[in-house]
Amino acid sequence: MSEQANILEVNNLNVVLGQNTVLEDINFNLTKGAYLAIVGPNGSGKTTLMKTLIGLVKPNTGDVKMFGANIDDLPPGTISYVPQIKTMDKAFPARAIDLVMSGIQRRWSFKINSHDSDRVATIMHEVGAGDFIYRPLAALSGGELQRVFLARSLIRNPKILLLDEPATGIDLVCELSINKLITEYNQKFGTTVIMITHDWSAAYHHTNYVLLLNRRQVYYGESKTAFTDENLQLTFSHLGHGHGIKFGLKI
Amino acid sequence: MLEALTYPFFQKALTAGLLTGFTGSYYGVFVVQRKISFIGSGLAHAAFGGVALGLLLGIEPLLTAVPFTILVALAIVYLQKHTQLAADALIGVLFALSVALGIIFLAVKTQYTSDAYSYLFGSILTVNDQELIIALLLSLVTVLTFFKLWARWAYSTFDVELAGADKIPIEFDNILLILLISVTIVISIKIVGIILISAYLVIPPASARLISSSFGSMTVISVIIGMLSSMMGIIFSYILDLPSGAIIVITQTMIFFIIVLISLIKKNKK
Repeated sequence: MSEQANILEVNNLNVVLGQNTVLEDINFNLTKGAYLAIVGPNGSGKTTLMKTLIGLVKPNTGDVKMFGANIDDLPPGTISYVPQIKTMDKAFPARAIDLVMSGIQRRWSFKINSHDSDRVATIMHEVGAGDFIYRPLAALSGGELQRVFLARSLIRNPKILLLDEPATGIDLVCELSINKLITEYNQKFGTTVIMITHDWSAAYHHTNYVLLLNRRQVYYGESKTAFTDENLQLTFSHLGHGHGIKFGLKI
Repeated sequence: MLEALTYPFFQKALTAGLLTGFTGSYYGVFVVQRKISFIGSGLAHAAFGGVALGLLLGIEPLLTAVPFTILVALAIVYLQKHTQLAADALIGVLFALSVALGIIFLAVKTQYTSDAYSYLFGSILTVNDQELIIALLLSLVTVLTFFKLWARWAYSTFDVELAGADKIPIEFDNILLILLISVTIVISIKIVGIILISAYLVIPPASARLISSSFGSMTVISVIIGMLSSMMGIIFSYILDLPSGAIIVITQTMIFFIIVLISLIKKNKK
């Protein structure tokens, strides 16, 4: 794929949860600065794949190597993960600053000193979240929350940034703005980005690589050649989705 | 009233009340935010089985209640991991089994079992030195957990996946937390009794949640309410000559409703 050394290698990955094979024979590599979109229907194993990449789910066979090492052996802060905001517990008493601080400390902070507070303020301004540093998480909109999560991830200067459906629960304007932020960050710092998305257009326009997933790997390669009718039929029809739908990307 | 403070039994009761108020309301913030409030009542009833076993064997009931309750807590953790059942259903099953066993143990014991009532309804004025030392040790361990584990427990309470992605040993931390909650429950039995014990784990943190903007402030406010309500409850119960456990819980509930009222007024003003 490139002459650069791979920083992420996924080899013959199989994951079985209970009686179900959730991921079967997944293989791909990424180099520094790559921007990958994982696209697939609901239940195609996208989130399980992401959880396997960050070490929350252990593969039954196959392996994941980052910088040539097992995930558990990576130095802290190498990867940063932005979960789906819809899973967040809004009843938890926390302010935006508390959440971003957990990105630095990798723990929850009881008290935040002024140095850390300044650091958090700087990154929150960078992602357009400067106006709600001390606002309770429960009072934030989906788009605002997504920016806070993004600030939380970026404050670590991760080498690999993983995002699970960052556009879910936010309006189109926010979505465009978040996509722009991620692309700028990817290009400015050369951070490798892996994003789960339902938005084929965003994947086509913003990412370099696409992995089409339907429990099995339907396609892995450059984003510009990913969204053919045949690939989309194979990706979205297998689980009963998309029967009778004419696929194809309208750019 | 001031005279009462000179009585050793009253001093012991106040000290025990403050210590259990501290530990119960501290662990309670995790119980409330993890939405496992039922565990307080469930494990207290499990403790009843342990207490009854101690009475049957003629040994100090705490010595059997602690391992019995810990065993039930570990069974809940194990079964939750290895079955598809939620914690509340498993607590319900094991709570019923423990109470059933407790009733059988008391029925088998042919001698008079009035002691069982002091555990059911609490008997803070009869707290002995041994129980006080155990409560003190538990408080010291709890202070240690604040420095070593609070930040990890809080992180996984907020989001278990983020904590897992940051290599927090979630399973180990959860077991440790539930073990300490079990011990707290058993130690607090003498103060408020099995029937009312879950109040300590739920009412102070729930009250604190209403006026806290961060989890740190929720923890501090919960502990203050827990200790204050214990102290006030014991004093009121002495003045009114009514059962201390019930008065402590009523004091906590009054604080809760005052805070609810204040937060509703504030909300309406906005």
